[in-house]
Amino acid sequence: MQKNKARSRFIVACVAPAVILSFIFLVVPTFNVFRMSLYKWGGYSPNKQFVGFDNFVKLFNDAKFFQSVRNSILLIVIVTIITIGFALVFAAILSREKLKGQNFFRVIFYIPNILSVVVISAIFSAIYDSNYGMLNSFLSIFRGADAEPVYWLGDQKIVIYSIVGAMVWQAIGYYMVMYMASMSSISESLYESANLEGASRIRQFFSITIPLIWTNIRTTLTFFIISNINMSFLFVKAMTNGGPDGATEVFLSYMYKQAYTNSTYGYGMAIGVVVFSFSFALSAIVNAVTKRETLEF
Amino acid sequence: MVDRKPTGGEAAAKAVMYVALIVLTVLIVIPVAWVFMASIKQNSEFYGNPWALPQGVHIQNFVDAWTKARMGDYFMTSIIVTAVALAILLVVALPAAYVLSRYKFIGSKALNTGFMAGLFINVNYIVVPIFLMFVTADKFLKEVFGAGFFLNNPFVVSLVLASTTLPFTIYLLSGYFATLPKDYEEAAYVDGAGYFTTMVRIIMPMAKPSIVTVILFNFLSYWNEYIISMTMLSEPDGARTLPVGLLNLMKAQNAKAEYGQMYAGLVMVMVPTLILYICVQKKLTQGMTLGGLKG
Repeated sequence: MQKNKARSRFIVACVAPAVILSFIFLVVPTFNVFRMSLYKWGGYSPNKQFVGFDNFVKLFNDAKFFQSVRNSILLIVIVTIITIGFALVFAAILSREKLKGQNFFRVIFYIPNILSVVVISAIFSAIYDSNYGMLNSFLSIFRGADAEPVYWLGDQKIVIYSIVGAMVWQAIGYYMVMYMASMSSISESLYESANLEGASRIRQFFSITIPLIWTNIRTTLTFFIISNINMSFLFVKAMTNGGPDGATEVFLSYMYKQAYTNSTYGYGMAIGVVVFSFSFALSAIVNAVTKRETLEF
Repeated sequence: MVDRKPTGGEAAAKAVMYVALIVLTVLIVIPVAWVFMASIKQNSEFYGNPWALPQGVHIQNFVDAWTKARMGDYFMTSIIVTAVALAILLVVALPAAYVLSRYKFIGSKALNTGFMAGLFINVNYIVVPIFLMFVTADKFLKEVFGAGFFLNNPFVVSLVLASTTLPFTIYLLSGYFATLPKDYEEAAYVDGAGYFTTMVRIIMPMAKPSIVTVILFNFLSYWNEYIISMTMLSEPDGARTLPVGLLNLMKAQNAKAEYGQMYAGLVMVMVPTLILYICVQKKLTQGMTLGGLKG
């Protein structure tokens, strides 16, 4: 009996701090997101007014919100395809081919992942600067020195693609290392027999490598969507703050603006609820669509 | 590795692959190296060709950034926030992960599921609710004690950072603890060791590699984090972490054109992570695949 008591005490002492902290800083705020989405509240003022689903109704008539939806979806689709595509190709090159300096390339490609998003945003602001930026200066070799500068961060049509560039730059190395790990577990004999039958590299890539790491690709895809919604917020907040004129506003930057800067807290939380549900639904859809029978040779 | 016959097509394919690798290397290295170069340029040098080499080593940028732009203070704040957050995280997460993965008790299943669910809560959604919780608490404290506590307090930022990374850390550590055979504890109990002694003396030393992985990942995420610290540390002349200080420098740069200072500040944020990366890059990329995915 004595021992049982000591065991219980030990268990409680070990688990309680983690449970309490998670409860205060994860469970309560998450619950508040959902609860406050039904209120009209400025955040600082004492009067909260229950308005039911008014915030959501307002949301569906908010052109600015739909602009952020468009931008977010654009970023999810383009950044995901480019990043995962390049990451797969480079992972295949580095794990399958006999090349010199493989380790060197792996180490270099991973560097962006250890830098703060603020640092990357500052670097890309220097690249995209319209007057003295690296990119325009490089392009002037081809376009001539007098060519009108491209406003990478100032032109509403271009700016979202400038964000794409920074996001892809940041993510390629991480996913490449991820895929290299799973590619290294594919049996060598498969490639040997494919070689004997004269299958080309590209053929081998699509017929052996991709199918065999499909499970891994699926998992990364699901995570990539959720992480893309978060990363796009970090990049936009640091690089453009949603501007010019909402051209780079994304889900969470719009939510943050409404809830924190604009003090329309309840409305911001309604955006949070919609985005949260959207990201889960999208992940579930992607997960279902990409379902294949697991291949094992 | 596949042996192919050295034919002409083979050589061309190899060449294409090398070109691709080198292009990506250049695209990654040049911008980072450019920042280091820009950090020693004088302000006047920024009006002109960005590819021009610096005319001299203008160390004054670093001095100005460190003192005038207060990056020195921010550096200290960042170190404190990161260190305290790591300490809280380890003290809280290690025992919890150990017990959750190796003990069966009433509610253990529910708790494990709960922490797994916590993996899906992203801090960007809940940062404003946490902030408002502190606003309310501080308002109350000010009425009773005359001073607030939660906002503009680097230690509270550490606490929030540590708490929001608990689910992932517990998930990662539990995965490791679950693989250890039960015999270790049984032998320790037979020898008369208590639960606590067994955990600290027997299990923790064995978990060292996983603990190092946890420290590495969370060091990077705490050091680089900026949304929480930007929201919680909003006092005009108060404490800031480095990334937030840098963000302010970026905004000020548009108005005052203190380019040199800004790039010097950029170097200060990057260098600690780069040094760490050079020392442990192998561990980091291996640990990543061990621990699975992270946001």
